[in-house]
Amino acid sequence: MTDTTTPPNLPDAGTASRTRTLESGPPLLAVYGLKKHFKVQSKGLLGGQDKMLHAVDGVDFELRRGEALGLVGESGCGKSTAARTIMGLYPATEGSVQLEGRELTTLTRSEWRPVRRKMQMIFQDPYASLDPRQTVASILAEPLKIHRIGRAKDRKIHAMALLEAVGLNPRHIHRYPHEFSGGQRQRIGIARALALEPDLIVCDEPVSALDVSIQAQVLNLLGELQERFGLSYLFIAHDLAVVRHLCTRIAVMYLGRIVEIANREDLFRNPRHPYTKALLSAIPEPDPVRERNRERIVLQGDVPSPIDPPAGCAFHPRCPKYAAQPDVRCTTETPDLEEEHPGRRHEFACHLEHAATIPASESAGAP
Amino acid sequence: MALLDVQNLRVRFETHHGVVRAVDGVSFQLEEGETLGLVGESGSGKSVTNLALLGLIPSPPGVVEADALLFEGTDLAKLSEAQMRKIRGNDISMIFQDPMTSLNPLLTIERQLTEVLCLHKKMSRREAKKKAIQGLGDVGIPSPDKRIDQYPHELSGGMRQRVMIAMGLLCEPRLLLADEPTTALDVTIQAQVLELMKDLQARTGTAIILVTHDLGVVAGMSDRIQVMYGGRLVEMAPTLDLFAQPLHPYTRGLLGSIPTLHSHPGEDLDSIPGQPPDLADMPPGCAFEPRCAWKTERCAQESPPLRSLTQPETGAKRHSACLEIETLLQTPPSSAPVTP
Repeated sequence: MTDTTTPPNLPDAGTASRTRTLESGPPLLAVYGLKKHFKVQSKGLLGGQDKMLHAVDGVDFELRRGEALGLVGESGCGKSTAARTIMGLYPATEGSVQLEGRELTTLTRSEWRPVRRKMQMIFQDPYASLDPRQTVASILAEPLKIHRIGRAKDRKIHAMALLEAVGLNPRHIHRYPHEFSGGQRQRIGIARALALEPDLIVCDEPVSALDVSIQAQVLNLLGELQERFGLSYLFIAHDLAVVRHLCTRIAVMYLGRIVEIANREDLFRNPRHPYTKALLSAIPEPDPVRERNRERIVLQGDVPSPIDPPAGCAFHPRCPKYAAQPDVRCTTETPDLEEEHPGRRHEFACHLEHAATIPASESAGAP
Repeated sequence: MALLDVQNLRVRFETHHGVVRAVDGVSFQLEEGETLGLVGESGSGKSVTNLALLGLIPSPPGVVEADALLFEGTDLAKLSEAQMRKIRGNDISMIFQDPMTSLNPLLTIERQLTEVLCLHKKMSRREAKKKAIQGLGDVGIPSPDKRIDQYPHELSGGMRQRVMIAMGLLCEPRLLLADEPTTALDVTIQAQVLELMKDLQARTGTAIILVTHDLGVVAGMSDRIQVMYGGRLVEMAPTLDLFAQPLHPYTRGLLGSIPTLHSHPGEDLDSIPGQPPDLADMPPGCAFEPRCAWKTERCAQESPPLRSLTQPETGAKRHSACLEIETLLQTPPSSAPVTP
């Protein structure tokens, strides 16, 4: 029979802080040297050679319990692939993913099951990620059913509580996805992710398909749920303003690698990587006075193909700093993420920025 | 005389679910060389307004009616399809949101670009190709003489959008309708394309109607902004004035909904509760009434007209379709309504 007789209780707002040991302790999720390469077939005249698409090409970060980490970058930078590889939806080519110290990349299918209870995902497209033939009741009860939690009646009560938690009417539990609007469907997707009381939710562009007024509702909901259930988020988005709103720590990706990672205040006040600077300056702001007077770094050209990424620093062909003072290392050595001031947790991967700051720190360290 | 004078434009679609009034009595003018931002969420009628101007609404199910659609004094609504074809792509052209579906994948860039020139300007193929290469160069496409022989799939998204812009501008139109021209693009590419549109406008003096849901984009690009909701214009104002003192609750809600690089992170956004209205089943009063924090009893009964007024302190000419406009004038933009 069932191994657990009662469904997990949704804690109320009063017991919220139980898991909120923010910013301390070992990381909840640790990702080291993660790579995901895809084989791309090319049909040449002589049979052709298979090429590798370097979607994720060495990603490192740690996410602490209670933290919301934003992973931002433009299309094709590998942020969604990184999320899916972390979730085990793609096998990793190389590297390590650890949840509470447990290695995930070597798990078998059946070993994954208990891990999924702790780690859930919200997808971008609220239309494609819900089965149109299932009622909301069965969508929300399914995770519990798979994990053999509760009896059918308990699961239904739980599903209604989940609907209420995401701001939907529990009486709509027998409706089908098409009877809801896009924003409401995204709420259902969030409720499904909450069903097993996970510690970590990986959100892949959860608001980018929604209209602004609805987007704000869903962002508020995600913030409220984090507080209420002590959740941690890995939040994938292309919109830096959205990420800034929800995440306390932010990583910027470019062509499969993290080029800068820092706490929110440091990243926005003192961006160090030339790509982060350009990205920040490119975001149009809903403020005509600011918008008309700001200095904009307009990058030239397009993002190069991850099939044949540039040697050295992948950003160098578009880098304004490299254009101003070309350095041979930018075209030969891939820069690593390095901390400038130990302990500040502000890391960036740029030869030129680091070179510029070395004399200062050396003289400071001299006796 | 205004370049464009739209009077009481109405577009409805007769569907199985009833009559959908996508555009419901929209009037506005546009001066030469001006950039007008048309803002609203999906289904607010902004794209349909543009399509109706160009006579591109399929009929059936669409029905377009207007008191007048004057372009340089000619009423577009009264033109035959053949006459309209002479204007489309020549005097008025359009840039669509998705360059992948609006470029023909089977034709080279050259064929697609030179078509308008051969048709409208009666150029020879050779002249047209020369002009098209120049046009591609103008929009910042590297080695345009090589790119022109390629097919759309050989270009990146940013480049395809630039091809669309080049195509829209080849005949040096008086009016360019840009429908979410940068929505499908990444921010760094968006910055390139917007910069380009500004440069081209400064050079050619083309008037632009920029349709977008992104208030950041219109803040930097447009002289004036019109906000649409449920098929109607709810607010119309010069850009600076609109952002400084929005005079419609919906505009205020939109501005409060967007996280920006300078808002307070972590705090709740002032989201607008509820859902946009169902265009097939509109409320009898103000379309925004069910979601509005400023509503009074009158709002559910009367559909408020777009009223004009002059803002006392700035002298700006403002329009708003809100019965509570006087109250809004006196309260700072970020404050909630005072409940008695």
